[in-house]
Formats: sequence, C-alpha cells, structure tokens
Amino acid sequence: MNDLLFLTWVRSTGLDIAIGIFVLGTLWRLFEIYSLGRKPDLAVPRHRAGASGLHTMFRRSIPPPGMFKRSAISYVAGYVFHIGLAVIVFLFAQHIKLIQELTGLSWPGLPSQFIDATAVVTLATMLLVLVERINKPVKRFLSTFEDYAAWALTFLPVMTGYLATKHLLLSYTWMLALHILSVELLLIFLPFTKLIHVFTLWGSRWYNGDANAKKGVPV
Amino acid sequence: MMDHETPGHETLGERLAQQGISRRTFLKFCTAMATLMALPPGTATAIAEVLIKAKRPSVIWLSFQECTGCTESLTRSHSPTLESLIFDMISLDYHHTLQAASGYGAEKSREDAMQKFFGKYLLVVDGSIPIKDNGIYSTIAGRTNLDLLQEAAKGAAAIIAVGSCAAFGGIPNAKPNPTGAVAVSDIIKDKPIINISGCPPIPVVITGVLAHYLTFGELPELDDLGRPKSFYGETIHDRCYRRPFYDQGKFAKSFDDEGARNGWCLFELGCKGPTTHNACATTKWNGGTSFPIESGHGCLGCSEPHFWDAGSFYSALSMPASPLKLATGAVVAGAAAGIAVSIANRVKKGAAKSAHQKATIADLEK
Repeated sequence: MNDLLFLTWVRSTGLDIAIGIFVLGTLWRLFEIYSLGRKPDLAVPRHRAGASGLHTMFRRSIPPPGMFKRSAISYVAGYVFHIGLAVIVFLFAQHIKLIQELTGLSWPGLPSQFIDATAVVTLATMLLVLVERINKPVKRFLSTFEDYAAWALTFLPVMTGYLATKHLLLSYTWMLALHILSVELLLIFLPFTKLIHVFTLWGSRWYNGDANAKKGVPV
Repeated sequence: MMDHETPGHETLGERLAQQGISRRTFLKFCTAMATLMALPPGTATAIAEVLIKAKRPSVIWLSFQECTGCTESLTRSHSPTLESLIFDMISLDYHHTLQAASGYGAEKSREDAMQKFFGKYLLVVDGSIPIKDNGIYSTIAGRTNLDLLQEAAKGAAAIIAVGSCAAFGGIPNAKPNPTGAVAVSDIIKDKPIINISGCPPIPVVITGVLAHYLTFGELPELDDLGRPKSFYGETIHDRCYRRPFYDQGKFAKSFDDEGARNGWCLFELGCKGPTTHNACATTKWNGGTSFPIESGHGCLGCSEPHFWDAGSFYSALSMPASPLKLATGAVVAGAAAGIAVSIANRVKKGAAKSAHQKATIADLEK
C-alpha cells in the first residue's frame, strides 16, 4: 500500500470504523452511566439544593484557596492545553470542513499561523504536564497505564497534525495519513477510557454539587 | 560526457545548423534546462558544449495501454518552444503515432533500430502494460505489449516511462483493473528507469530529463518513486500562488462563489495540491500560460500513483474519501447495547434487593 492509498484508507474505511466505534461506545457508556441511578434519598435534605449543582459545574474549574500555589502547573498547563485543543479542533478550517461534512454545521476558522502557534503551545504544555506527572511522587503513585495512554492518545494527533502541516519527519501524505489514523485511535478509545470525561464532566459536577448541597454543603 | 554515441547519426550541432537555429537560441535553451533542473549557473555552458557535439541517440518510443495524451502533450506544446528542440536532440526511430510508416515497414524500423543501436538506444514508454491472461488485452502487430517491452528493454541503455500509466499503471490500473495493468518498473528490473509521471506529464520535464541524460550520460537524481527530484521534489501546494489564502483560511466554497472569483484557495473544493508532487505550479502549461489551479480548478493529483483510486476529486483531503456506512448502525447498536446493559444492571440490583434479608433484633441477639 503506498502513501496515497493509505491516506485514502484512513479517510474512508478507517474513518468509518473509528466513528462507528466512537458513536457506539459513547452511546453505550452514557446510557449505562445515566441509567444506573441512585437509591432514593429518604433523608430530609439539610439544605435545599438550589443552584448548587450548577454552581459546582463552574466552581470546580477554579482552584480552591491555596491549591493554585501548591499545584500551579496543573492549573495553568491544564487550562492552556484544554483551550489549545479546543482551538485546534474546532477553529482550524480543515477541521471545520470535516465537521461540516459529518454534521452540516460550520463556522469561520482562524488563520493557519494562529493554529500553528496554538499547536506548539499545546504540545509544550502537554509535555509539561507529563513531566509533572512523572516527577511528582504523589502523582506518579496515583498514575496508571490508562493515564499515560490517555495522554499519548491526545498528544499524538496534535503532534502528527503539526508535523504534517510543517512537512517535518515524513512527507505530507504519510504524515497526514498518520495524523488521521491517530485521531481515529483517539475516537476508538475515547468512550472506554477516562477520556469519556468530555461528555460526563458537566453531569458529574452537577450531580456532586447537588448531592453536597442536600447533605448540607451548598455552594 | 555521454558514452552512448550512436554511429550513423549527425551531431546535434549539425542538425541545429541545418534547421537555422542560432547559437543564441540554443544557449537560451541550455540555460533554461540548467535552471529548471536546479543545476549551478555555469552548467548551462557545459550543457551547450556537450550537446552541440553530441550524436543524436536513437530513441524507440513504445505506446501501450494509453490515450496518446502524453504524445499530444509533447507535440502540441506551444511552438516554437524548447520542447520542439527535443526532436532535434534525438533520432526518433520508432513512434507509431508520429511515424509515416505503417504495418510491416513500421515494425521493421523498430527492429532495425534495436539491432543497430543495441545497448545504446533510449526506450521511451507511454501507457501501462496489461499482464492478465498473458497480456492479450493490448497487442501491436499481433504481439502483446508485455512481449514488445521485454524485447525492447533488453537492448535499451535506459528506459523513460512517460506519463502516469507507464510510471505507475495509471488509469488502466485503477480498480478493478480488468486487464491487470502494471507499470514498466513492475516488469523490467535490470535497467535504469526514470518515471516522468503526470496525466499528461509536463513537456519540459521530458526535455529536461533528455538534456540531462545527453549531457551527463546518466539519469538525474530520482525520488523514491523514480521521478527526477528537480521537478517532483516539491508539492503543487508548496509552490501554489494561492497558498497565502490557504494560510489565511480563505477558501472558495463553490466554483462560482465570491471566494472563487477572488482567487482563494481551492482546498475545500477537493484540490489535491498538498499531496501531489509535480512542477505544474512553476513551469506551468501551454507555453507558460497557466496551470489547472490558475484556471480555477483544483489539482487532481495526476502525477501520484493510484490518484484515480484516492477518493473523489471534489472531496477535500480532510473530508471522508467515501460516505460513512457504519454511523447509523452504530447509533442503533450503541443505544441498544446501553439499554441492554442498563436493564441487566437493574435486574441485578432488583435481585440483590429481593435477596436481601432484613436483620431482626433476634438475629442480633444470637
């Protein structure tokens, strides 16, 4: 198989399989998680829940008092690479074209130089969080294979995408094919790893905030 | 200096003099060739000195499964051009489209040239070679292309595969490839082969390669697909004059919208410039008039192997190459799996609940 046929495979059969597994896995997991339910809470709430769930959804994004100083890298780098990923995925014209093809939705993109710069910053901060994870004894102790795998699955698409647009390491055709393949791996594993947080994050936060309020700790 | 002088042919200088081509015109040609092939500035004079004394080599041109577009490209280029000089540089001893002779006479001229210049002639091939069912799908004078190629290759100094069909199998090789069409390099393994791909290839690339061969007696530096690096070293996209619009994110969304009228990038309309190696954007076509993207249509990627099987010409490289088939099934299967697991979980919970035995005071006092 030459480079062009490999690229065509990842653009057709590979993409079809990856999106199929992604959709199947995501729906499966979300149905399973949200249908689990909880036992009815018979206790009288200590506090009316009010908007506690909603508040928690946002408050969890702000470091609690003292925590920023203790783990500045986690907060800053965490923010930077998440925003970077969102910019790259949703504001690069070529990606918007794909989203438009798949969903019919489209919006204006940003110049590629801006996306390039964002990719460099994102890659650098992702490397930083990896170094931090390995260097900090507590983080290292808590890390499992899945944590490193999730990091690699996220890092590879950004890296190969950048290398492809800059014509580094391999020819554009090979690198573009590897880029699309790495995204397909990400799509396949996303529903079955902690990366499912892209869907469950807000629901979980709301649930915790609401439950905490009922137990007497409103926010 | 070339080592393939062919007795019986006059030198190129004599030939040019006969045709009244001035030294000035010839030097301009040599300079253009040196520039195109990215050779050092002084090389132009060296090329001129060698070429003027060079005996015109015998060239046998075999056309197999092809559309004659490659020959058209070469002969119909704007005249008088550098490309027209190619026929003054070589002695074209067999080309069944261009030669006056036909039938046995034509075949005899090929056989004579092959015999007389054995080991010295250049073999040019356009068109793919069908090998399925012993190659019966394309024959000339009752002989299969496969047979003719194998025979002619034996005495060739080098083989130039002109066009994507000869270089990579091209359109006849596209799925489902009913004739088992293959490239020259799939059959001939013991001769130097240079691939000048394109559908059709750029005339000046053919001329450039010939000039290089005549001057240095060897083929120019080739890429991993056997194409001369000086012409196929960069992509159309890298040299495209619309590239700044790509970088700015300005794309034509249809062939007649404002973006198209403003000359914006054609990526979203399916341009394959980023994955296509060729010199169209620099050498251009029709006497330097334009190239496809300049005329408002995206690059088809015709100089790459399997370009015909690489998805629609009109789907962008970041778009699916074929419609997704599994997505709808995946929605249904995913929802079904989720619901099934939910039910299983609830049944399990229910079973645990009903199996639960309440402890009584009596139990605790045991």
